[in-house]
This record gives sequence, structure tokens and C-alpha cells, in this order.
Amino acid sequence: MAEAIVLKYEISPDDFTRAGEASSDVKGKLKQMGVSPAAVRKVAIAMYEGEINMVIHAKGGEITVEITPERIRMILADVGPGIPDIDLAMKAGYSTAPDEVRNLGFGAGMGLPNMKKYTDTMEIETELGVGTTITMTVNL
Amino acid sequence: MTVKELLDSGRFEVVNIGEEVEREITTPFCCDLLSIAMGRAPAGCAWVTVMGNMNTLAVAALADAACIIMAEGALLDDVAMKKAKDQEITVLRTEDPIFEAALWIYQQMHD
Repeated sequence: MAEAIVLKYEISPDDFTRAGEASSDVKGKLKQMGVSPAAVRKVAIAMYEGEINMVIHAKGGEITVEITPERIRMILADVGPGIPDIDLAMKAGYSTAPDEVRNLGFGAGMGLPNMKKYTDTMEIETELGVGTTITMTVNL
Repeated sequence: MTVKELLDSGRFEVVNIGEEVEREITTPFCCDLLSIAMGRAPAGCAWVTVMGNMNTLAVAALADAACIIMAEGALLDDVAMKKAKDQEITVLRTEDPIFEAALWIYQQMHD
């Protein structure tokens, strides 16, 4: 198997003007590599949702993207507050986002459900007060 | 209907001309809540909205919308305008309500 191409991004906290830059960069690179538009779109949506979550909830973090001919894996690691109840957080419409985030049109409780919808696998590891790591895969 | 045909129609004011204007519009899509639009906007849609902040542009680019139409006289703020230019996203606008704007596009596509 060919060696994975690895991309790393630092996500800044509370900076909505930059939220989406990492996802846009990945989108552009995947397009250049000739990945199918459908797969590029899945990765872009899932990663952007994750990126927004990191900006809103987790004081930023780091996203690692591994690309092989078989799949794209996104690892989103933060040192935020952790998710107290994953089942509840996965429920469409459940949200803990503050009002200023809602005023921007986000925070409707669709982030995690969208991430699951657009990826082939999604795993959440979380510990209260320590952080959350979400690993998502899109098969090619 | 392609994005270029929409631009040339004169029906909407042109705010920014992006890349891929020869792209075919798949459907009009109406939504102001970005959380919903992110998950539901179909690829290639003409997205009609009143939400004109920089995140609208990010969602349009990542969800792969063909263009954005600002309805009800809504405007892009300065940061969003810069993002539209940087990311080469086509943006149009109208004083008309969202429904009328989307309906007009739908009618052009289906007549």
C-alpha cells in the first residue's frame, strides 16, 4: 500500500473568520489529487462541522488528515471540556452552543449528526475536562 | 440552467462572479440556518438565503453550492465579500423574498 499523505492543521479558538480554512484547504488538495467530487464533498462537510465544533466548544485543537488511495481519515483532537453525554450530543437538534454562535446561523445541534451522515465510520473518544478526539473515515 | 445563464438573465443583481460559471444548477435551495444548510444543501444548488456572513460563504464552498442568492435585500458583510472573492464563489442578490427568488429559478429550470 502506498504511504499515506498526512496534512496537519491547528484550529484557533473563537475565530469564526478563520473557521473553515482548514477544510477548504483539504478540499482544494483532494480536488487536485483527483479524488471524486462526491468524496471531496463528504470530507469537506464532515471536517467543517468538526472544525466549527472545535472553534465553538473546545478552544481550538488539531486536525490531522491522512489520505491513502483507499480512504481519507480525519482525526480531530481537542483539549476542550469533553462531551458529557455522547448519545444526547448525537441527537439532531440538541445543542449547547451559546447565543452568539446561533446568531451566526450555527448551533442548531446538527454538527455531530452531519459528521456521522457524511462519513463511513466515526468514533468519538471523550473525557470530561481532558478533551475529545473524533476519528472519521471516508472510503474512496 | 447554468450559473452563467443565471448571471446573464438580468433577474438578479450580480455581487461577485466566481469560478465554474458554466456549471449546471441542480435545484434552488432555501435555508437560513447554516447548520441545516451544511447537511442538506444539494451539490450544485442555487442557495437562496438572507444570511450574509462569512460562514455562509464557507458553507456554500464546502457543501459545493453552485451559487448564492441573497434575498430580501440582504447584503454580504465586508468579511463575507472578501471571502466570496478569495474563494471565487458566485453571489447574486435581489430585493425579492426568498420564495419568489427560488421560484423564478425553478420555473426557468422547468419551463
